[in-house]
Amino acid sequence: MKSPLLEVTDLKKHFFVHSGALGTGGATVYAVDGVSFTIDRAETLALVGESGCGKSTVGRCILRLFDITSGQVMLDGKRIDELSAGALRPFRRRVQVVFQDPFSSLNPRMRVRDILAEPIRNFRLATSRAELAARVDRLLEVVRLPRDAAKRWPHEFSGGQRQRIGIARALAAEPDLIVCDEAVSALDVSVKAQIVNLLYDLQQELGLAMLFISHDLAIVEHMTHRVAVMYLGKIVELAPKRALFAAPKHPYTQALLSAVPVPEPGAARQRIILKGDVPSPINPPKGCRFHTRCPYAFERCRAEEPALRATAGGHLSACHLHDLPAAQNPLAAAA
Amino acid sequence: MLGSAVPVPADVAVEPAMPDVLPPIKVRRGLAGFVYRHPTIAFGAALLIAMLSIAVLAPYLGTVDPTALSPAKRTRAPSAEFWFGTDMFGRDVYSRVMYGARVSLTVGFSVAILASLAGLAVGLISGFVRWADGIIMRIMDGMMSIPPILLAVALMALTRASVTNVVTAITIAEFPRVARLVRGVVLSLREQPYVDAAVAAGTRGPMIILRHILPNTLAPMTVQATYICASAMIVEAILSFIGAGTPPSVPSWGNIMAEGRALWQVKPFIVFFPAVFLSLTVLAVNLLGDGLRDMLDPRMAKRL
Repeated sequence: MKSPLLEVTDLKKHFFVHSGALGTGGATVYAVDGVSFTIDRAETLALVGESGCGKSTVGRCILRLFDITSGQVMLDGKRIDELSAGALRPFRRRVQVVFQDPFSSLNPRMRVRDILAEPIRNFRLATSRAELAARVDRLLEVVRLPRDAAKRWPHEFSGGQRQRIGIARALAAEPDLIVCDEAVSALDVSVKAQIVNLLYDLQQELGLAMLFISHDLAIVEHMTHRVAVMYLGKIVELAPKRALFAAPKHPYTQALLSAVPVPEPGAARQRIILKGDVPSPINPPKGCRFHTRCPYAFERCRAEEPALRATAGGHLSACHLHDLPAAQNPLAAAA
Repeated sequence: MLGSAVPVPADVAVEPAMPDVLPPIKVRRGLAGFVYRHPTIAFGAALLIAMLSIAVLAPYLGTVDPTALSPAKRTRAPSAEFWFGTDMFGRDVYSRVMYGARVSLTVGFSVAILASLAGLAVGLISGFVRWADGIIMRIMDGMMSIPPILLAVALMALTRASVTNVVTAITIAEFPRVARLVRGVVLSLREQPYVDAAVAAGTRGPMIILRHILPNTLAPMTVQATYICASAMIVEAILSFIGAGTPPSVPSWGNIMAEGRALWQVKPFIVFFPAVFLSLTVLAVNLLGDGLRDMLDPRMAKRL
């Protein structure tokens, strides 16, 4: 079997927060605490979850914007989490990023031409000035921007247009994988549709793999092949999109899906309202991290942490409910 | 699994629209347009250029030797012969004020440039080398807790009075402000997504600083430099006034005022003229700084 494009194994990223006058005190934030998944070539994996669950941190770990605490990140069968900055450079080209905020993701003091030329120059993808210019023109065409955008400044563009520039910059390096970190969350609805369609088309045309980090399930449903649901630094469920949306196998996914607005006025739906707040990642609950808010929690959930394992319908789910007889499992009925 | 993606529904696809031609706006061009858009900069720059011309052209502005004594013509009131009068040694105040512009402007500009460079270097180190940050910034805080004039007086006490030493002393007193500013800007810039994107795009560390950090640091630093320039000229005048600055052999606005101080109540013009020139120069630099701050801030509304 060919190795997947990206393989993340037991990824952990802990941050140390200093406190106290001399930085003596401190605490550990378990931002990402044991996450594993794979992405195949030309596949989109969505990473969903609420704010602060660590989904963006996962993206930044894959981009090696900081060193990981433990675990493995393999690109095309090679470990990239241990490479030095120099040895990492050839791999940098293959993983690019599109950020959320189209206003702070472009350097205000660089023209669009120079923004797009930066990765091309860095990775020596063009041999002459003419080729560089041709590539920049081609990139603008790919993201449906007029050619004269090249000589303009970022502030001359609207949010949606800037996001197109950001996408063009990611494509400039000819990557295999693009990390879209909430790439459409900051855009208004009509522009969001344009950018989502653009990303979708690009993926089809160029055969890109994508890690689509989002909290917007409606867009995830439109965009991706598989979905990973994160809660407090862990993946609680990972399943093909249709299976996940049709029959969630984790109480948290169930609650998340029940919160998606239905585009039908007056449509009956049952919202699952979770009680309480998300616990702090500095001091995550023992046992299952979701037990403090889970409507089905029982004794075992408080003591033992469930592992992510296969359940019915091609799902991976981290929930003790699946060890109960089917009659007692409230999640089994939906399948 | 790959085939499971939903095709894009035709009615969801919205073609991006970008106007090919922007509506025409009447833009005033050239110098007149600049003066119209940035009146503060224009006024400040004009005044500063006038002062610079005085400093450079001092020997050709109908001046005499500013150090020539003539005891017979002491403390004359302003007249056709002595435009600003004469001081207690009979020296021509007009000539002394014109030559004095040299000291003030030299000190102002030298300190602004040196303090900016030193502050930039220290600020960059502090912003990028996390373990050094705490140590460097505590030293800077310590230096800033001493009033700049006291610090400069103390430094002058260690050395001989000369314009170079005045510049050094004021630079040491002023550069922590720049360092703190640069550090703050660097800390906020290095968290910007475009810096992360550049890292992902394979740009090396030094190039990140040069291309993405420095250009965005220059605007606030330029503005800070103008304030330091103004402040340095005042500190120089104060040091000279209390006799800890420019040596008496070199006329500066500060020591002209110091010498005129004793006669202030009977011959006020000796203090008055250098004071007016000092005020105008500081005003010019401050106006320039305010104007630059507004011009370089993209959030400020532009006058078209």
